[in-house]
Amino acid sequence: MSVEHHAFHVTEHLPALAAVVPLIGAVAAALVRNGVAAWLVAVAVAWSLPVISILMLGQVEASGPISYALGGWAPPAGIEFRVDQANAYLAILVSVMAAVVLTGAPRSIADEIEPANRAWYYAVFLLCLCGLMGMIVTGDAFNVFVFMEISSLATYVLIAMGRDRRALLASYQYLIIGTVGATFYVIGVGLLLAMTGTLNLVDLAASLPEVEATRPLIAAAAFIVVGLGLKLALFPMHLWLPNAYAYAPSTASAFLASTATKVAVYLLLRFAFSVFGIDFMLANTPAGVMLMTLAALAMIAGSLSAIFQTNVKRMLAYSSVSQIGYIILGIAMVSETGLTGGISHLFNHALIKGCLFLAVASAVFATGAVRIEDMAGLGRTMPITMGAFVIAGLGLIGVPGTAGFVSKWYLIQGAAEQGMWWIVAVIVVSSLMAVVYVGRIVEVAWFRAPAQRAPREAPIELVAATVALAAAVLVFGLNTDFSAGVAADAARILIEGYAR
Amino acid sequence: MRLDTILRVIAKIFIPFILMFGLYVQLHGDYGPGGGFQAGVIVAAGIILYAIIYGIAAAQRAVPPGLVEVMMPLGVAIFAGVGIAGFVTGRNFLDYSNLMHGDMVHGQHWGVFLVEIGVLVTVSSTMLAIFYAFAGRGRE
Repeated sequence: MSVEHHAFHVTEHLPALAAVVPLIGAVAAALVRNGVAAWLVAVAVAWSLPVISILMLGQVEASGPISYALGGWAPPAGIEFRVDQANAYLAILVSVMAAVVLTGAPRSIADEIEPANRAWYYAVFLLCLCGLMGMIVTGDAFNVFVFMEISSLATYVLIAMGRDRRALLASYQYLIIGTVGATFYVIGVGLLLAMTGTLNLVDLAASLPEVEATRPLIAAAAFIVVGLGLKLALFPMHLWLPNAYAYAPSTASAFLASTATKVAVYLLLRFAFSVFGIDFMLANTPAGVMLMTLAALAMIAGSLSAIFQTNVKRMLAYSSVSQIGYIILGIAMVSETGLTGGISHLFNHALIKGCLFLAVASAVFATGAVRIEDMAGLGRTMPITMGAFVIAGLGLIGVPGTAGFVSKWYLIQGAAEQGMWWIVAVIVVSSLMAVVYVGRIVEVAWFRAPAQRAPREAPIELVAATVALAAAVLVFGLNTDFSAGVAADAARILIEGYAR
Repeated sequence: MRLDTILRVIAKIFIPFILMFGLYVQLHGDYGPGGGFQAGVIVAAGIILYAIIYGIAAAQRAVPPGLVEVMMPLGVAIFAGVGIAGFVTGRNFLDYSNLMHGDMVHGQHWGVFLVEIGVLVTVSSTMLAIFYAFAGRGRE
């Protein structure tokens, strides 16, 4: 056997690095055991991932999808990491959100988490990021499950680290529901394996049309859709989400709200469009009608619940339930316009909710309280943070000039194309409800007298991260080429499915 | 249970064999059923038995919590390090074929052997960390 020596070229290993770098970072953060040092590791790792993701996207655009054989075992037998435009974009989104949140995090974390646990927090954060990046880049159905478990287990720990004791209960609730979701997913994958003998997504997509018995495939599709529905908190499978976001450490809420559910949505898209194929889904399952109904219910019920919350983080969490409804609505329309709206809303909502949760993290740092009442007068004492909150809040409502408008516009257009005027009505009603719950905060923060004791100064890095995201909400609202253009590309790729 | 002579003597006789059996399961994983996970659980069970019979303080003198906290990430580092060795030897992540200078069979053998060591370290320390966390409740 000949001895071959190849130099190590980073550019050949980008898909693996996307998952390996945060894994190594998590180990390093756990080994240094010091909060500040662990934060430095985490920030370095988190900012290397957008670079990796952007390089991946460059490669994909230059020479088509990247296939990476993990362990040197060629797909479909071995585990394949497969990156095309759709998941390269998502990798950029998730890694940038992680980087921005981590950059803003250190003093908020120091405030909310006791010293002995700070390094563990960053380690677990990076582990969660490793799982999410893995779910994005992998092209193997079972490998998705492995990374899903990595990110989920890390998420349970992140939530449990909240300083409120109810965080433990919230974490436990999510552990139960999340495990059910992951189990349903893996049952579905098991059925697919039994029927086709393969776990590779591209190979699955190629083999499924040859399977004659459709009943097991329908069962598989049902298990996978419901399992992912639990993970992405689609109404009425959202019950874990409000408590989880409300009691997790503030920066963990910001990170999870802007990434975790989005990755589950991506997987739903992958399975519905690329693996099963939309013709199969629509012909054999009521997925289209069912998802659309649930999405519409989510948009109304989520917004309605948000209006009646007294805890600002819970309010934002219920708002997430309704915004996930918008995303799923776009998917359920099964048209290029609808899907463009859904995917661009996925991106925009990540920016908007990340900004809102970071603004709340500042408010929590400054006043130590999460009740809406306690935010009285914050607009006067923390004008920059609350200004960013208002901008992102306008994005949530969908005011023209903000990112939220672009995606809602596509959704309304998609509904109008198919003559579904009741959907247009639901979008408008849900947006009006957003005016109410965002308006409540704005009223309390800007039009009420500040509390007697002056709040603490919010950390500059946290304010900077919040403002950066608020600026992004405006930039992507005005420059629609990027946000909608990227989403349209991703929609086209998903509808085409895997190139056979 | 510290006063029960039979338990103390039997445990003292058994624990070395339990640890040895753990190593057997670890090393035999290449040829038959076994491997790092099972071995890690067996090794941790031996130490947990020691803690049950001789008390948590004695167990923590033998295996300090600080060591456990280092071992958990260390095992992952060993696993990931083997993966990165794949990069360094000009292969893909976790491809150990070039690990022993191009001798593919030995490379694969050593690669999976080291990976299983990493699994042993992390699994045994994680089991212990969970046990210490439960057993230590209410003592602080």
